Amino acid sequence: MKYLDEFRDPARARKVARAIAAVAPAGREFAFMEVCGTHTMAIARYGLKKLLPPNVRLISGPGCPVCVTPKEYVDLAVALARTPGVTVATFGDMMRVPGSSADLSKLQAEGADVRVVYSARDALARAEPARKVVFLAVGFETTSPTVAATVKAAAAEGVGNFFVLTAHKLIPPAMRALCETDGLALDGFICPAHVSAIIGSSAYDFVADGYELACAVTGFEPVDILQGIYLLLKQYADGERRVDNQYSRVVKAEGNRRAQELLAEVFEVCDSRWRGLGDLPASGSALREEYAAFDAARALQLEPEETVPDRGCICGEVLTGLKLPADCALFGERCTPAAPVGPCMVSSEGSCAAAFKYGYE
Amino acid sequence: MCLGVPMKIIDVEGTTATVEMAQVRQQCDLSLAPEARVGDYVIVHAGFAIEVLDEEEAQETLELLDEIGFGTGRVP
Repeated sequence: MKYLDEFRDPARARKVARAIAAVAPAGREFAFMEVCGTHTMAIARYGLKKLLPPNVRLISGPGCPVCVTPKEYVDLAVALARTPGVTVATFGDMMRVPGSSADLSKLQAEGADVRVVYSARDALARAEPARKVVFLAVGFETTSPTVAATVKAAAAEGVGNFFVLTAHKLIPPAMRALCETDGLALDGFICPAHVSAIIGSSAYDFVADGYELACAVTGFEPVDILQGIYLLLKQYADGERRVDNQYSRVVKAEGNRRAQELLAEVFEVCDSRWRGLGDLPASGSALREEYAAFDAARALQLEPEETVPDRGCICGEVLTGLKLPADCALFGERCTPAAPVGPCMVSSEGSCAAAFKYGYE
Repeated sequence: MCLGVPMKIIDVEGTTATVEMAQVRQQCDLSLAPEARVGDYVIVHAGFAIEVLDEEEAQETLELLDEIGFGTGRVP
């Protein structure tokens, strides 16, 4: 597979690992956060932590969209699935996230019309005339342009029974919140690959300039990630903080202008609630007034149940890197991938699922 | 969830492309990368091409990687 195999080559990986050991300034500890859940999963799957010197530590961040979606949203999705005449279309990861009284897979088993789709476009294609189809629009800047394009297409085609329930979130405000989190001593960020394809590597300049932390936009393959870590350490060796772009084969400094235009046309920035980080100003995307007819929250009468707070689950602290999955009393005992309590164990990209599947510190 | 795979465009019809990787073919929407042409590699995420892969940049990254092993002395 071209452009994948080259960046999975074990010989290259070993060589970069040796270079990391050589460039890491001795006598001090380094903690780098991989913001994105896809990085978390790749680091666990390829056992990359074992290739790093003992003074270089990787911490998982809040970049799993399913994990940071608050429980209130899941309860809204559950209320939709319980509404007669409504079809809920969702990415598979959302199916088993526990709501206050049920999850979507349970409702599906009981006969509710819940469909797993691969794309927002597939949800639109399923908009049968007799039903209201609601797509659960969860995801970061990688995914939100695909939803913007789909909503625009629905408007152009005059589809009246397609809706989205938005919980889109923006990565830079979350990184700013992390930079300002007490007790989280970070030296740099492994910045997301495909979020950056949309927003551009220059979106992180404020982290390097304002917080003096190293940044490297990094691809998702194991050699990419090791090279990203090498670049972060090199910044310390050079005595300079900047935004390096390891993933230049896909990411440009300015990002994907066409996608940015579409986002601005369909969405506006709104305040948003994150599991773990709380309410962050200007950290989400909501449909603009012109597209309100497609907004499930505005166009449909939703009456969700009262949200029951989680007990004992520390997903919030795991998502901000303050705690490790194994620090949770529920981990591996009362909370497993087969019977998850919190979203970090549900999502295939959650830190707890990665730690459970591939081992943990 | 932000996973995207590099797939080669083998046909374009309007705003829809047929893309291929490892003999798997599927359709993808080109509205986010309208400049993509047959023969280009695109990153496909959730049914959309989100960016065209720059093959020269990929080659440069590989060359940089191959240089990393040499001349990297221990930094004090």
